[in-house]
Amino acid sequence: MIGLSHYLTVAAVLFTIGIFGIFLNRKNVIIIMMSIELMLLAVNINLVAFSTTLQDLAGQVFALLVLTVAAGEAAIGLAILVTYYRNRGSIAVEDINMMKG
Amino acid sequence: MATVFFFYLFSLVAIASAILVITARNPVHSVLFLILCFFNAAGLFILMGAEFLAMILVVVYVGAVAVLFLFVVMMLDVDFTELRSGMLNYLPVGGVIGLILLVEMAALFGTWVVPQDLIAHTAAPVASTAQNTRALGEILYTKYVFFFQTAGLILLVAMIGAIVLTLRHRTGIKRQVIADQVARSPATAVEIKKVQPGQGI
Repeated sequence: MIGLSHYLTVAAVLFTIGIFGIFLNRKNVIIIMMSIELMLLAVNINLVAFSTTLQDLAGQVFALLVLTVAAGEAAIGLAILVTYYRNRGSIAVEDINMMKG
Repeated sequence: MATVFFFYLFSLVAIASAILVITARNPVHSVLFLILCFFNAAGLFILMGAEFLAMILVVVYVGAVAVLFLFVVMMLDVDFTELRSGMLNYLPVGGVIGLILLVEMAALFGTWVVPQDLIAHTAAPVASTAQNTRALGEILYTKYVFFFQTAGLILLVAMIGAIVLTLRHRTGIKRQVIADQVARSPATAVEIKKVQPGQGI
């Protein structure tokens, strides 16, 4: 029977793939942002799995908020990326030092 | 039995497409595999009984976020093979960190059990007869209405931020200025010339 631990395992594997993707594609911002989306998806699977196991809808409300923030983050991140590409003509991560932070 | 089959189908396809997202040679393929991964995660949500979130995942992620990614990937003229160079250098450290994280999470999830009395302390218990969408709506617009409004505010800020970041006024381009058009008067727009008979202007 499929229980909580099965879903948690899938979410853990997806989260690890997201982390691994950030390390693997360290130069490509677009793939890094897709990896972040994968990690947020894993978090959402965790939230919904606990929500159904504990019969508590608060987890699904929280997953909805995570979804909202993820959509906003993707929009802002891609807007910054487009602006950066207009200024520099590349999206290589190691060149992003204009703010001298 | 069908639940078990569909669980393994959805989770295996989701994990395989997630791996292909981070290893695909072409970023357009990455985005398409991301869409496949989201679809399978939506299937997992339906198996868990969260139909509303599954539909939201398909509409918001596949319909909006993934298409946004696709737009940006296709719009930017970037040499992606150059960006992939040095990928093998990062493989060992990334693999080690990912493996450590996975082992830690497996150890945690393998041994941890849900306390039985936890169900008595739920914040928003589910009525067993209610449909998922209806139950979610009933608490989202009453108990969690401020969170809902905050989510809307976040989306508004993100929209305005994205517009402000990408909008640019290029100089040297003719564009319509309605205020100037409205402010035109006969004194500046019309010139009256006396034309003598039998002659041109």
